[in-house]
Amino acid sequence: MMTLKIAFRNILRNRRRSAMTVLAIAVGAIGVVLFGEFVRYITAGLETNTVERVGHLNVFRTGYFEFGAGNPAEYGIADFDATAKLIRDDPQLGPEVNVVTPVVSLAGIAGNFELDASKTFLGVGVVPSDRDRLERWDEHGVVTRRVLPESALRDDDETGGIVGVGMARVLGLCEPLKVARCPRRPTRPPPTGAPLADDLASVAASDLAAAKTEPAKTEPAINSPRLDLLAATAGGAPNVVSLRIARAEPQGLRELDDNFIAMHIALAQKLVYGRGAAKATALVVQLHRTEDLAAARDRLRALFAEHHLDLEVRDFAELQPFYTQAVGMFRAIFLFIALIMGVIVLFSIVNTMGMSVMERINEIGTARAMGVRRSGIRALFLAEGAMLGMIGATAGIALAQLLAALVNRASLTWTPPGQAAPSPLGVLTSESGPFIVVVWVAIVAAATFAALFPANRGARFEVVDALRHV
Amino acid sequence: MSIAPSAAAPATLGDAGPVVVFRDVVKTYIEDGLRVEAVRGVTFSVARRRFSAVVGPSGSGKTTLLNLIGCIDKPTSGQLEVCGQDIAKLDDNRLTDFRSRNIAFVFQSFNLLPVLTAFENIEYPLLQLRVPARERRERVASLLEAVGLAKLGDHRPNQLSGGQKQRVAIARALVKRPALVLADEPTANLDTQTGADIIALMRRVQRDHDASFVFSTHDPQLMSHAEDLIALRDGSVVEVQR
Repeated sequence: MMTLKIAFRNILRNRRRSAMTVLAIAVGAIGVVLFGEFVRYITAGLETNTVERVGHLNVFRTGYFEFGAGNPAEYGIADFDATAKLIRDDPQLGPEVNVVTPVVSLAGIAGNFELDASKTFLGVGVVPSDRDRLERWDEHGVVTRRVLPESALRDDDETGGIVGVGMARVLGLCEPLKVARCPRRPTRPPPTGAPLADDLASVAASDLAAAKTEPAKTEPAINSPRLDLLAATAGGAPNVVSLRIARAEPQGLRELDDNFIAMHIALAQKLVYGRGAAKATALVVQLHRTEDLAAARDRLRALFAEHHLDLEVRDFAELQPFYTQAVGMFRAIFLFIALIMGVIVLFSIVNTMGMSVMERINEIGTARAMGVRRSGIRALFLAEGAMLGMIGATAGIALAQLLAALVNRASLTWTPPGQAAPSPLGVLTSESGPFIVVVWVAIVAAATFAALFPANRGARFEVVDALRHV
Repeated sequence: MSIAPSAAAPATLGDAGPVVVFRDVVKTYIEDGLRVEAVRGVTFSVARRRFSAVVGPSGSGKTTLLNLIGCIDKPTSGQLEVCGQDIAKLDDNRLTDFRSRNIAFVFQSFNLLPVLTAFENIEYPLLQLRVPARERRERVASLLEAVGLAKLGDHRPNQLSGGQKQRVAIARALVKRPALVLADEPTANLDTQTGADIIALMRRVQRDHDASFVFSTHDPQLMSHAEDLIALRDGSVVEVQR
């Protein structure tokens, strides 16, 4: 206790020097905490964006992940409803699972023949209500600032669809869909090529007339622009369906945004499987909490083995390698910054404690003469280093939280690399309790460790030499 | 009575025997590459419960001798026993613990810890000995009273005069009831009147606490109070008066 009392009073003895040391430590703590919370915000945002699109786990027919895109008939899941029920009803998985829903992935060509525009697309057929539930997943509270639009797809409307904003731009749908900040399509002179044959022209004209007069099945589809989707069926024959586009939604990644179409799963199944048995290319499993992922994956594998189902499970990090790469990159940057801050803390403490030892050589001699062991001298200076670390870390973390609150209130946005639209810029403080504890302990440990060198130096003085020192 | 330094110190040391025994002790230093012999083969003893002075001109080896007696320095050769313990046989930690239990210092520059109050400075040696808190408080209060600083216990050293600081230093030395109190020119930094007061105080507490005092001094006033005188010249004991 006396050691701590002496240590604390010695810190107050040279207030300016101690204040500068505490400031350096606090700045280090602010840097580490704020950047750490920013990285956590980014990774939580990436995780949320990924999980709300593809869930935590995807169940495929074995081999689909490598080969199935070329043969969805062979690699589709025929009994997808029964499999989804098996998952929902499992006593272990049931409470952990938020959504289990079938999806059909497909690719083809989308055409807006009114504008003579067409483009390849990557599509997904979804159960609209399940998709809405998937998109509401927000375990980390990072999407709360984004206003979720009212769903544009409906379970009772098989003809409705959604496109990426990039896709809408390319196919000239910005105006009818009222997409903001979307460049107008330039008007072009009429084609000067050979006139269309009479029979083809009449077919096109009748198609166009039919499209304009076709009664809308549901209210939202009225006045919606239409795209024709061309894809190969499972048997290899070309198949065409018509899709009313209800809305354009930004898809984050630009490549996806320029190619994305979402539609009702029934329509996707018609396009891919024709009149054949409807299948799903995957079952998307979204959990309530990401921390249950490993246990859920293991349980799914055990469940499929138990029921002799030829299915495999992939997690979202496997499905979206960008997530793992981005998280790895941000963690590496964080470690680098933490290392720099750690070095600043180390040198501040070494410098301060070194000066303190040199100024107190006579006191060291006096204490040693009175019966304080070398270890007692070492403990005294270590306690001073630790206290400086504690004060600096506590002040720094408190200031960091204040700054974090200011940053979050500033409603800043940024456009991450490869993204099509700006994202909110913030720091995630709600989950940072354990992180802050780790930072605090690390700073105090670093400060104590840094004090070890001067402390050892002080402890090594011979009593006679120390007493003689002026 | 004037006695020449003894050729052979007593072989056994009991409670009634000498508190310090030097046997052919040599202490040399290397300074700027030169070998300096500060103590040259001295053999003498210091009687227990006496007020003993080590005297001699500057550079005669008084401080070195006190450092050796205080176990904060070790002889280069020869044998030194303090309170019956051959200090050459103790490693650093055991020697420190031995000092903590048996020896106390009163320094010329007081050497109070500046961040502690007078009370805490006096209490500090008791903490090393793990004396219970209640007993610590009682002993410190008693000594503050004894040195006339009962009302200044909460003052820091920078709030005390030189004489008051030395009183605190004396109280700090006596609080652990050591077998031996060493004082290196305790009145050198004090004016004549304060020096006289401190000498009187030291003499009184030495008697009251039945302690063995060994001090070095140039101060004739302090010398006149000594019961024993150990005279040094050029690192050798030239005379022991008892």
